[in-house]
Amino acid sequence: MKRFAQLLELLALTSSRTRKLAALTQYFRDTPDPDRGYGLAVLTGALNFANVKPALLKETVLAEVDATLFAMSYDYVGDLGETIALIWPHHGGTGELPSLTELIDLFNTTSKRDLPKLIGSLLTRAEINERWALVKLATGGLRVGVSARLAKTALAEMSGVELQAIEEVWHGLKVPYGALFDWLDGKTGRPDIDQSARFHPLMLSNPIDEERDLARLAPEDFAAEWKWDGIRVQLVMGAGTVSLFSRTGDDIANAFPDIVDNAQGRAVLDGELLVGQDFDPGSFNDLQQRLNKKVASARHLRESPAFIRVYDLLFDGDVDVRALPWSERRARLEAWFAANPQTRLDLSEVLPFADWEDLARQRRQGADEHGHEGVMIKLRQAPYVPGRPKGYWYKWKRDPNVVDAVLMYAQRGHGRRSSFYSDYTFGVWKGNEIVPIGKAYFGFTDEELKLLDKWIRTHTIGSFGPVREVKKELVFEVAFDSAQESARHKSGVALRFPRISRIRWDKPAAEAATLADMAVFVAAT
Amino acid sequence: MLLDRNLHIRAIDTFIDPSVPRERAIITHGHADHARSGHGAVLATPDTIAIMQTRYGVDCAGRFQALDFGVPLLIDDVSITLYPAGHILGSAQVLVEHKGQRVGVTGDYKRLTDRTAQPYELVRCDLLVTEATFGLPVFQHPLPQTEIARLLKSVRDNPERSHLVGCYALGKAQRVIALLRDAGWDAPIYLHGAMLKLCGLYEELGVKLGDLRPALDVPKADFAGQIVIAPPSAIRDRWSRRFPDPVVCQASGWMSVKQRARQALVELPLVISDHCDWGELQQTVHETEAATVWVTHGREDALVYWCRQQGLEAEPLHLQGFEDDGGEEAA
Repeated sequence: MKRFAQLLELLALTSSRTRKLAALTQYFRDTPDPDRGYGLAVLTGALNFANVKPALLKETVLAEVDATLFAMSYDYVGDLGETIALIWPHHGGTGELPSLTELIDLFNTTSKRDLPKLIGSLLTRAEINERWALVKLATGGLRVGVSARLAKTALAEMSGVELQAIEEVWHGLKVPYGALFDWLDGKTGRPDIDQSARFHPLMLSNPIDEERDLARLAPEDFAAEWKWDGIRVQLVMGAGTVSLFSRTGDDIANAFPDIVDNAQGRAVLDGELLVGQDFDPGSFNDLQQRLNKKVASARHLRESPAFIRVYDLLFDGDVDVRALPWSERRARLEAWFAANPQTRLDLSEVLPFADWEDLARQRRQGADEHGHEGVMIKLRQAPYVPGRPKGYWYKWKRDPNVVDAVLMYAQRGHGRRSSFYSDYTFGVWKGNEIVPIGKAYFGFTDEELKLLDKWIRTHTIGSFGPVREVKKELVFEVAFDSAQESARHKSGVALRFPRISRIRWDKPAAEAATLADMAVFVAAT
Repeated sequence: MLLDRNLHIRAIDTFIDPSVPRERAIITHGHADHARSGHGAVLATPDTIAIMQTRYGVDCAGRFQALDFGVPLLIDDVSITLYPAGHILGSAQVLVEHKGQRVGVTGDYKRLTDRTAQPYELVRCDLLVTEATFGLPVFQHPLPQTEIARLLKSVRDNPERSHLVGCYALGKAQRVIALLRDAGWDAPIYLHGAMLKLCGLYEELGVKLGDLRPALDVPKADFAGQIVIAPPSAIRDRWSRRFPDPVVCQASGWMSVKQRARQALVELPLVISDHCDWGELQQTVHETEAATVWVTHGREDALVYWCRQQGLEAEPLHLQGFEDDGGEEAA
């Protein structure tokens, strides 16, 4: 535990990727099994304790600390885990802490009733940095700037095994990764994992740079499709089993029986999960409703049926076709659909276009008339490569909508922005009052953040807990992807993916948009 | 009321640490958010006057009157006494007495031992005006010696790197140097130009700091394994490029919050504070036996809330001009 706490602290405070990598590699090299496997699981977010939750930790602390003082502290620190670690009032010196393995075992086997006592005793025995690590461990959400990919890269460094080979077996492995480490140490062969229900890491796209890329790319080398506004999924149809994975490899089959039960044939498909009747995609909101449920309800299945708009083929039957060019995979995909009729899968159409100008026109039109998010551009010769390879797939998002809105409320941010007022609620005019239409917490530079923070502190007219209400004087140009009707907002409008595109220090609030101005955006979707 | 909410002693028309030029001012200590230039007359400890004249020039006030610790000064029927605040060299608390009523103004203070400042003395009073820079229960400062030990361990573990310690030039820099010396670090300590004058002044006033050298005209490689003290703004600036692969450290009470350290791009945070932590603030409120507590710059709300829970009268003073969140002067 001490060793792991040191690692976490170093990772949290080092911004250099090289140093982080060196520290991780060293940790995996020095730490015995199964501790290093559990360490890896914590770093990659693979651990989940049934009973140890943020609420339980908070309850443990509130038995010892005044609730109001705790709330004030949390508001200031901006991170629940860190607040708990710092505020814990008992210090019992440096008693021995359990090893990481023992600790995880304790978290998993201690009864719900005894957990507060256990956690309290651990917090008291730990030194401040260990206390911080303990809380992070218990609550998840490490925020130490380590991606699963970086952890795997460290494993590759440690062992000399290629990163892609590790990625390939990753999703078939179980905590604490004994088989993986045995293989990496050269003691055994590659872990034997169930091929038929295995997640294959996805190929991702890069945003297109209109000025640089379009001038040098030949339109005839590329195919175009709509960019769908759902979630990326992988459907693995094996012998007798069908698995549905999210882009991070989480199995979400239970939430979508309508897809899994109706899939016919064998293949591994890549596509967009959408909801709507007759393959007509509804709003992202409808999809969100279903994603929020671990198991789908009968009403959801009836009113928001799910389907997958398929755009790529990784395995044709049992044959791995990822090394083939996109054009051949596409031909095989069309043939596969012809041979295996589907009720919940359909093909994403390929958009013919003459040149980039023509595609730009279609992209605009698709956005205006159908609310499409943009287009995808794929190199016809490109193999299917996991990760985000350069030069193969591009996304070309439509231009965002913008509206001038007035800052209404501000709240302190979290993580790197803790203690700065960095979460903003803004609104538009409805008669003589301003009604909120959305919230945004990015789109500005660190320098602008400091100015905004200062402006907010000097223009506060009221506070409600952590929220400050400010004078309705500052205008933001807010960019957003689309607008929807919403019963939850007082304005009746909700923005999708809003971000601050400019701070209009110069613009008087009276000239900001009105609710009537928003109607045209809602109508477009 | 003997003292109003702007820290104005009406009976003798004198302000304590005013943020704008005044006819008469009592200055608790030399940090810029307390000691400003341009007052008509300044009353302060001899060390504070020396610091003000070093920073702003000998003519930075119309006239100076030095008052030693513990010596009452009677102005009309108001008595003023300065007591050590333990914050930096010369830092004082102000006791104002009038017809048996006692008002204590802490200025910035800390209660831990620090050989670069006169040690804090408790001042009993009826009305306590206390700072609350670290007035939240998340602030529990560790012993500075353990933080210095972490710095020295990092120096040993990374012999090829230099350690740049961000410190405010007045008070923190000299304290960190003294702590390093007391921990056995005899090597030369290198200083950013902004540190030189004040370290010299501390030496002159009797605070021994050992072998200090300007970080100038030294070959880059010679800084490996060395400790350099610089203002926080310089350690991430172009100035720092003259050092080999520096470990960026910062000595401040704010460094206990990891997210703060990350925002400041600090690799080795050292929690060394010249203010009271939450426990010491509570202890002070108790021990002064004050019935009324005014809380100024910092996180006033939490300490006010806690005082009221103890049955005391308490309110926040929203004084203008003090550094709020971790400004370079404050921590």
